[in-house]
Amino acid sequence: MIITEIRPNPEFEKQVADLGGADVKMCFQCGTCTASCPSGRRTSYRVRKLMRQTQLGLREEILNSEELWDCTTCYTCVERCPRSVPIVDVVVALRNMAVAEGHIFENHKKTAQNLYKIGHTVTVNANIEKLREELGLAKTPPTVLANKKAMADLVKLMDATGFNKIVE
Amino acid sequence: MAKYAFFLGCIAPLRYPGLEKSTRVVCQKLGIELVDLNDAGCCPAPGVIKSFSKDTWLASAARNLALAEKQGLPIVTICNGCYGSLFEAAHELNNHPEVLAKANKFLKEIGMEYKGTTKVHHLAEVMYKEVGIDAIKAKITSPVKYKVATFYGCHFLKPSDIKQLEDSENPHMLDDLVEATGAVSLPRKQKTLCCGAGGGVRAAFGDVAKEFTKTNLENMKASGAQFIVDVCPFCHLQFDSSQKDLGFNIPVIHLSQLFGIAMGMDEKELGLSAHTVPVKL
Ligand code: SF4
Ligand code: SF4
Repeated sequence: MIITEIRPNPEFEKQVADLGGADVKMCFQCGTCTASCPSGRRTSYRVRKLMRQTQLGLREEILNSEELWDCTTCYTCVERCPRSVPIVDVVVALRNMAVAEGHIFENHKKTAQNLYKIGHTVTVNANIEKLREELGLAKTPPTVLANKKAMADLVKLMDATGFNKIVE
Repeated sequence: MAKYAFFLGCIAPLRYPGLEKSTRVVCQKLGIELVDLNDAGCCPAPGVIKSFSKDTWLASAARNLALAEKQGLPIVTICNGCYGSLFEAAHELNNHPEVLAKANKFLKEIGMEYKGTTKVHHLAEVMYKEVGIDAIKAKITSPVKYKVATFYGCHFLKPSDIKQLEDSENPHMLDDLVEATGAVSLPRKQKTLCCGAGGGVRAAFGDVAKEFTKTNLENMKASGAQFIVDVCPFCHLQFDSSQKDLGFNIPVIHLSQLFGIAMGMDEKELGLSAHTVPVKL
């Protein structure tokens, strides 16, 4: 029998907390979250397990796992957790750490690139532009799309936060 | 007259402009003045962008909030995703000076500052709380008889500890709004189940997202619903775009479109040609 010793890694919990995912230590593993989780019902993602892994600081297991990206951020678990663990904030913090290590799906990168390019997460489409005009709306919505300077500012702002490294 | 900065987001103006148009027309009829929030960008999306970089999410949201602050207006949005992002960002920024200071460090790079005063509302909330059911009923000129499945989505009511709108497990706000038009909101199983699209799941694992949608559609069909009425362009997109593959055919309309119909809007103004599942009134 092989026994693997797991040493808790409190440093990891602190990093997660710094990224907005505080209080994962409050989790007492009741499983209410997993029992409520619509994603867990359809995938191999287990949110209770993820909270435990986070407490233990199982960095590699967590950041390399695809399941980390199965959460739809529906908040059902957060509504029901008896210990008020900010579960979605923890998931988001862990995802930020995973992305910082270069774990990002191609389709997510595309969404990020769209935002970086035009300030929106979806592309501009000629048929919709036409429909907008038929509806009496401005062909180009009055967002960053309609103002080059505003768009340049948004890119500059995103660069300041390091987003350029993510979309590269 | 109530006055709001209208935050468009991405999906409504760029995929379903009929939602934007209906909102403009309906708000005018209800005495809600909408001022375009010029130069705004993506909220940014709470699932994807926030999952990639919380700093980017916070700074970009703060920029949008600062634009509204400059106009001196609260924000109104017709999208749960935008509402989720902007409300949560405002909640953090307006209540935590250290978070605000962090965002302002970024905003300084583009010569902007956010003071932490912008309030964020969802259109359905404004209609329910500010306009009120009775005042809405008074504006209904073409009552409808549809049997509908209401779809709240997730980020309208949740997380309820900060949104504080109503019980997220057993809500009735949207049902009351829908019934003000003469429609009947049918009960069904798992009414608060997520559409499946959020959190980047639609983009990364489209089949998983569709599994959520399928359960919802099965329950909606079993309830006898003729329409799905949503309050979020992203849920709208998920329901509208996946039914063909899943073998369903229930037309999807946003609350603003339902109100538009019941307030006598010309059918052509509803932008229904952008819908994949044909909508017959
Ligand atoms: S519901 Fe809360 S306390 Fe229970 S296992 Fe999940 S996170 Fe832990
Ligand atoms: S927020 Fe994520 S983890 Fe929680 S119930 Fe929803 S899908 Fe599951």
